[in-house]
Amino acid sequence: MKILLVDDEQELVSTLAERLEMRGFDAHWFTNGNAALQYAQKEKCDLAVLDVKMPKIGGLELQRQLAEMQPRMKFIFLTGHGSEEDYLAGTRKGHSYLIKPVDIGQLLAKINEFLR
Amino acid sequence: MISLLRKLRPQFWDHSEQAGGLFTHMFNFRQIWKLSISLMSAVTLLPLIIITLVDYNFTQRAIESDILMRTSRITSNAKRSLSFFLTERKYALDFLVHDNSFDSLNDEEHLADILENLQKGFGGGFEDLSVIDADGRQRTYVGPYNYRLEGRDYSKQPWFEKVVEKGMYISDVFMGFREIPHLVIAVKYQMPDGSFYVLRSSVNTSRLNDMLSKLEMSGKGEAFIINRQGILQTPTRYYGNMLEKTSLKIPAFSEKTEAAEKKDSSGMPLIISYAYIPDTPFILMVVKQKEELMKPWYQTRMELIGFLVFSITVILMVIFHVTTYMVNNLYIADQKRLMGLHEVEYASKMASIGRLAAGIAHEINNPLAIINEKAGLMKDLFTLKKEYADDPRLNNIIDSIISSVKRCAIITKRLLAFARHPDVHIQHIHIRELIREVLSFTGKEAEYRSICVELDIPEDVPRVESDRSKLQQIFLNLINNAFAAMDTEDCLRISSEQKDDSIIVRVSDSGCGIPPGDLNRVFEPFFSTKTKKGGTGLGLPITYNLVHEIGGNIEVQSTEGEGTTFSVTLPLTMKGKEENSP
Repeated sequence: MKILLVDDEQELVSTLAERLEMRGFDAHWFTNGNAALQYAQKEKCDLAVLDVKMPKIGGLELQRQLAEMQPRMKFIFLTGHGSEEDYLAGTRKGHSYLIKPVDIGQLLAKINEFLR
Repeated sequence: MISLLRKLRPQFWDHSEQAGGLFTHMFNFRQIWKLSISLMSAVTLLPLIIITLVDYNFTQRAIESDILMRTSRITSNAKRSLSFFLTERKYALDFLVHDNSFDSLNDEEHLADILENLQKGFGGGFEDLSVIDADGRQRTYVGPYNYRLEGRDYSKQPWFEKVVEKGMYISDVFMGFREIPHLVIAVKYQMPDGSFYVLRSSVNTSRLNDMLSKLEMSGKGEAFIINRQGILQTPTRYYGNMLEKTSLKIPAFSEKTEAAEKKDSSGMPLIISYAYIPDTPFILMVVKQKEELMKPWYQTRMELIGFLVFSITVILMVIFHVTTYMVNNLYIADQKRLMGLHEVEYASKMASIGRLAAGIAHEINNPLAIINEKAGLMKDLFTLKKEYADDPRLNNIIDSIISSVKRCAIITKRLLAFARHPDVHIQHIHIRELIREVLSFTGKEAEYRSICVELDIPEDVPRVESDRSKLQQIFLNLINNAFAAMDTEDCLRISSEQKDDSIIVRVSDSGCGIPPGDLNRVFEPFFSTKTKKGGTGLGLPITYNLVHEIGGNIEVQSTEGEGTTFSVTLPLTMKGKEENSP
């Protein structure tokens, strides 16, 4: 299972990737959208975990472009706000939202949901 | 009485300017009110009172002078009649002594004829006729008292002396030998031989009385005659007995008819008019009682004063009401203006706090997320590596870090949730969750003060279509307000009730309650009982406005000493604002 992790906070995204790898996932992390897009052009991924707020390419825009490249890819968004509208807008499109700081248990539960 | 005064007291009466500053004097409503009332009263009432007083005096003086003039005219006319009456008789006698010789007058039959003719010609007045010689002895007499007056000697009588001296004489009224009041008219005839004789006639005073009583008098007025010594010559009802001295002062001599206001011995004002009747000892007096004459004027005066009092009352009432109404409106407008200013200030303060909180929360959230991940990684590493997995101390430390991070995360989440959306934004809100959120901010205070908080809103309460931040503020204000009123061990209870298409949320405290007199003022701006404890007097008014902005309603019930309940009625759907809903 290949997971794409994108967040502008390198410390966060790298640690999260390491923790997922420790649990047996093939996790690849990036600190900006462009790097992630370049990688996705070459490699097929099952799931992307995206921060909603990022400079240059935001999480939602990145999701759109990634979905164009790989229509079967699943997405989980990370947000610092956890506001109700974001949640409602996201869930209506069938995406999952997790609020930062992320509880690893919740993240694993979501991933397992998509695996099934 | 006091409660009535309190009811009548306008709203601005107890106003005191808290703000202070440059234009404070412009907002001293009590001063404005007093100044307006006194200025308007002065401007309207002074001319009215002055005109009334002037008119009053003028009219009174006109009436008084009219009374004097009328009295004087009556006196003057009466004087002329009296004078004519006496002079006519005097000259009749004078004619007789010139027309008849002494001898023919001494012929009793002839004299009786003359008397009869006189009585016929003059219509009475001549009672008798007598001829008296130079020695004062009566020579001939005709008249009804023949038997008593025959051969009388008048030489020592004062009237005889006077007629001898002056040639013609009219006497005072006296009783004489006949015991009937009469006066004497006598003329002397100087004979060519140097001797003389006197023709004398008595005139009954009833003729004079008749003349005087026929005068038209008003105001208990009387006309009578006194002589120069003040002896009453004709009868009067009020001023003494006939032939006795009158109680009035003898007026000073004047050729003309005089009239003046005098006071009698008891101090009663009288209108006295008099005239000295020439060539007689008589003074004609016309006396009227002023009070009687002024009666119609007093009536008019009462009406005038009544009208004045009525006018002043009406004017004062109108001034009072109009001024109170206007100053009150001014006050209300000023309060609204202040309220608006404070509301803007409050809103912008809330927005600033919101932005600040959101900024801080957002900034802290990122490092928090990193700490969370790092701690999580450490935990993962410890769990995976045998040498650490069994070390409970290390695992406890990591768990403690992670749980602290979670606590921080909850705080930032709340801050963000609270600070969002300063403008109206309609959402479907779970009222129980919202109040729980608000309670989480005040929970610590409740804990420290041992105040129990009871949230009695069912989980399945229908969602309310409303503005989240406004609802938060409303309940935060109400809960803070309740906390301020409560002591330790008191209880705050928040419950809900669904009614038709609205939800009523009740925030009840068991605090000190609100006195009944203050109950209808709690939503008034700047009405605060805790100004000294830092209350602004704006919490409840702002809450009131917020509730109305989202189409709701707020009511308060309170029992002093038992507690207060604020009931907020929220409509389930917001009318006319659906376009904003997500």
